[in-house]
Amino acid sequence: MLTDFGRILAFFIVGAVFTAGGLIASWLLRPNRPYQQKLSTYECGEEPIGESRIKFNVRFYVVALIFLVFEVEVIFLFPWAMVFKQFGMFAFLEMLFFLAILIVGYAYVWMKGDLEWDKPIPEFFAKAKKSIFEEQEETVTP
Amino acid sequence: MGLLDQKFENANVVVTTMDKLLNWARLSSLWQMQFGLACCAIEMMAASASNFDMMRFGVIPRATPRQCDVMIVSGTVTLKMASRIKRLYDQMSEPRYVISMGSCSNCGGPYWEHGYHVLKGVDRVIPVDVYVPGCPPRPEALIEGLIKLQEKIRNESMAKKKAV
Repeated sequence: MLTDFGRILAFFIVGAVFTAGGLIASWLLRPNRPYQQKLSTYECGEEPIGESRIKFNVRFYVVALIFLVFEVEVIFLFPWAMVFKQFGMFAFLEMLFFLAILIVGYAYVWMKGDLEWDKPIPEFFAKAKKSIFEEQEETVTP
Repeated sequence: MGLLDQKFENANVVVTTMDKLLNWARLSSLWQMQFGLACCAIEMMAASASNFDMMRFGVIPRATPRQCDVMIVSGTVTLKMASRIKRLYDQMSEPRYVISMGSCSNCGGPYWEHGYHVLKGVDRVIPVDVYVPGCPPRPEALIEGLIKLQEKIRNESMAKKKAV
């Protein structure tokens, strides 16, 4: 008889055979007439401009990291909530300790100003600001 | 490979049965390219809506040409749009069919003489399978065009044509 892991293996094998079978059958059967216009990227009928890989602002990196930490926290909270009644006070204190560590990290990030999202001022407005408010005299006497 | 690309010399029982199966599958799930060009598009929308319910023929609007089987050119094809239509048609996967809906896309319609910006018939850029006349055609007319297309697909065959 199959063991529990044997059943999982059977599932994997059936899944692999099913997927590969579908792909191979369609490769055998399907009409295959590639040409350049057909293989071009679909962009609502327009000609695509540039690459699909673009640069992201590096500031998203910090946000993503913080998000990851708190996501992991939530993942730990769910099993903890399931067994909370069995462990009682100990589990509660343990989770408080865990949350405290994370909150220290959160406070640190807040303090360093990584949660603030200052928008860069466009060059035109930056120049205008400078000439009007700060160095008016400088523009008068060249 | 592409077995379906080949034309078979003798139409034996395997080929004809496969023909029947494939044609049935193709004609009962004609997924439609989702775009409208002019007032005909309103009639096309009505044909898709609950009163006429084109979905009972298996016509489902799809948002990408890769999943589409039929392109319903519904309305005035301007010269600017013509190159886009050609590109979209190119990006569809085979087998692909085109229904030209309404006078404008059939032959230019009211713009046939003085329309400096209108393509005089969409068949100048892409091959058309079924023309639906009308300005604009009623949803029933579009559905009739669809049934004509289904008849056309039903008669397709992988067997080689023989000289009579």
